[in-house]
Order: sequence, then structure tokens, then C-alpha cells
Amino acid sequence: MIEELELETLINEVYEHYGFDFGNYSKASLKRRVDRLYQMDGFSHFHEFLHRIQTDEKYYKRMIEEITVNVTEMFRDPVFYTILRNEIIPFLAPKPFIRIWHAGCSTGEEVFSMAILLKELGLLHKSLLYATDINASVLETAKKGVFPLRMMKQYSENYLASGGTEDFSSYYSANFNIVKFNQELSEKMVFSQHNLVSDTSFNEFDLILCRNVLIYFNNDLQSRAIKLFDDSLSVLGFLALGSKETIKYSQGESKFVQLRKEKIWRKIQ
Amino acid sequence: MRTRCELVIFGGSAGSLQVLINILPQIMLPIPFAIVIVVHRKNSYDTVLEDLIALKTLIPMEYVEDKSKLQPGVLYIAPSDYHMLFEDKNNIALDGSEKVNYSRPSIDVSFESAAFVFREQLVGILLSGANADGTFGLQMIQEKGGITIVQKPETAEVSYMPQFAVLNANPDFIFSEEEIVTFLNSNI
Repeated sequence: MIEELELETLINEVYEHYGFDFGNYSKASLKRRVDRLYQMDGFSHFHEFLHRIQTDEKYYKRMIEEITVNVTEMFRDPVFYTILRNEIIPFLAPKPFIRIWHAGCSTGEEVFSMAILLKELGLLHKSLLYATDINASVLETAKKGVFPLRMMKQYSENYLASGGTEDFSSYYSANFNIVKFNQELSEKMVFSQHNLVSDTSFNEFDLILCRNVLIYFNNDLQSRAIKLFDDSLSVLGFLALGSKETIKYSQGESKFVQLRKEKIWRKIQ
Repeated sequence: MRTRCELVIFGGSAGSLQVLINILPQIMLPIPFAIVIVVHRKNSYDTVLEDLIALKTLIPMEYVEDKSKLQPGVLYIAPSDYHMLFEDKNNIALDGSEKVNYSRPSIDVSFESAAFVFREQLVGILLSGANADGTFGLQMIQEKGGITIVQKPETAEVSYMPQFAVLNANPDFIFSEEEIVTFLNSNI
């Protein structure tokens, strides 16, 4: 188990060697991720672990990939998707073009959920789904649109609970233990690497989804990310966060109005 | 030297809700420490568990969100589908990473995080349940100097979880519900 001082040392060394700044990540969850990697890779002394990171760039990359959390599912929190379907997307429907950004998309389950939603509302053809993550290897998975077959029962239940009425299995073809989602869904997706800690705004969007990413940041970094979303949203655009996340600790909160108690905010100025 | 307790953290699973409903109203107010409850719960968007416990106790309760403040005298419940961590003594952090012991929230995860932050100022109490979650967390609490309590297995509706902890975590106390109440009211 890594001690607090060791974690600080690691953060500083990674910043000095590679320029990657974990300094504003939430210490509590960062410690868990580092402990997990340390144990998984069988280290018994902190200095060995640190030395490996300093001297082996491949291992450093592995560390970055393992430290970021990539837990996601399709139609996660079905109620959230019901609200998207019935209240948020209809606002965007009249636009000639709908731009959506999934920030921290991980392996892409939410992007495919969104594509299904847009298709059912007859809007996919005029939509563009930008999906970004800091982790290049999860983006490779996301691009393929290939997911484990064993997850489909849960995803299908989520889909139905969110108000979906089609046969969920019509959206993919199964092959042994994997499924591939229909090409039609991924045609409107653009995947690219983007770091919320250091990168800037790259486009203007009508809806930004960043669910369960900000929990890994401290309040300063959360503020930075919210500012980045603000810079990247059109006026009257929407920002959606995870079910226990909030913008209330961030500067710039006053530019947004929350939709009831939902984790959806509308930019009003 | 051990100073006063700043956090009491309960862990429980099947059969623990009734124990909490019995214990909480008997704790004398105002409470000098914060109380955190981590129980295995189904993954749902609602706050039925929070609402139910709030009905049964006069202890002020705050709904937990990411980076919520942690204050003495207040009750907090780990939300469904997140692990609940402690950024420091005054700040909660949530974590959506993999389930631990088939559970999110996991008792081990919260106990371990609390142990590192609160050290000697921590009391961990493990209640009824059907899973091995919590035992490792109690070991961590003990290692960092906190006090560990396990519900007497024969008084638990489901004895597996407390029994597993008794066998593997060498708890400081093995208490009935009444003894837990007496302990918490004893100026810890």
C-alpha cells in the first residue's frame, strides 16, 4: 500500500519526467488506482515502482491507462436517458445540425447509447458525436463498436427502462462472445484523444456529456473542466454530469441553470 | 495517545438495515463525531434508503454527492453505484471504479480510505451480511490505530459477514446492538 508521501513523490516525478500533472486529481481515488496497479504488477517496494515508471516509457503509458477508470455501461442510469429522450433532445431537434461531445467516453458505451437514441428520434443523420478520452487504448475499443455479449442482457434492460421500444438486439450482430454494433450507428462518431486537464476547447457543441469523470478531480480541476465546457457550449446548450456530480463548487456556475434536480444544466449566457 | 473519535463508520449488508434503524435513534444528540453508513444496495437512481433512515432518526442527514463536506454531528450514507472515499477529514470523494467484493459501494473500500485519513480517530462497525466485504477494511482500521467492532454473529440476521470478520480481523469488540449503543454513548 502506497503512503501519502509516496503518492506525492510519484505525482512530482511523473510531472517532471513526462509533463503529466496528476496534482489536481482527487487524492483518495488516485491512491486507490495507484495501489491497484502496484499490487496487480507485483511490486513490493515503492522505489522499484517509481524507478520503473521513470525509466520505462511503455510502463508509464500502462500506468496512465490503468489509473484512469474505464467503468461504463450502455444506458447507465436509465432515468437519465428518459430525460434526454423526452426533454433535452427535442430542444435540439429543430437545429439544422446537432453537435454532441462525450468527454471521457471510455470504451464508448454511452456514445452508442446516444446514437441509438438519436436514430430512434430520426435525428442521427444530422448529428455529429465527438467522443474523447485521455486513454488511447479505450478509444481503439470504442471505435470498433465491439462489446462483450454477456453485457447485452443488462444493457437491453437498461434500454427498455429508459423508454426504448425497439428490439435492442436489432442494433447489433452477435458472433460467439462478442457483439458488433451496426455500422450505421458509428458513422456519425468521431473519436480522438483529449485531456481535460491540459487541452483546450476544440469546437462548439449543443450538448456535452461528461459523466463520472469529474469525480476524479479536485475542486480546482473541476472548475477548469467546467470552464472548458462553458467555452465549448453554445448558448442554451446543455451539460450533463454523473448522478452524484455537481457544478456547485466551480466558478462560472452562475452561467448555468439546473433542470430540476437532474444532473443536467443549461447554459443561459 | 488516542484522541477523540471523529468518525464512526458502519458497514452492513443483508439484515443490517434493521440494526441501524434500532441503533441510530438511541445515540445521544448532539453527536461529536460524523457517522457514515456503507450498506450494500441495489444500483438505483433513487434515494429510498436515505429517505427511510432519515425518517427513523433525529440525527441530521446530508445526501452525499461528490466532494460533499463531512461534518461532525451529521449522518451520511454511501450512494448507490459509487465507492465512497475520504479526500481528507472534511471532504468526501466518490469513485466509480470496479466493484469490490461484488459491491459498489464496497465496505472494504470505504473502511480502508477512512483508516488512512482518520487513523486513531476512527471507529469501524461491521454488521449483519452474507458477504466477506468489510473484513479487510477492519484490518486496515486496526492497523492504523482505529477501533474495530463487529456485531455479535449470533445476534445478526445473517451471520456470515460478522462471523468472517470475527475469524479473520481480530476485532477489538464483539457487541450486541445494545452494547454498540452503550459504546457510542460513552464519550468515545
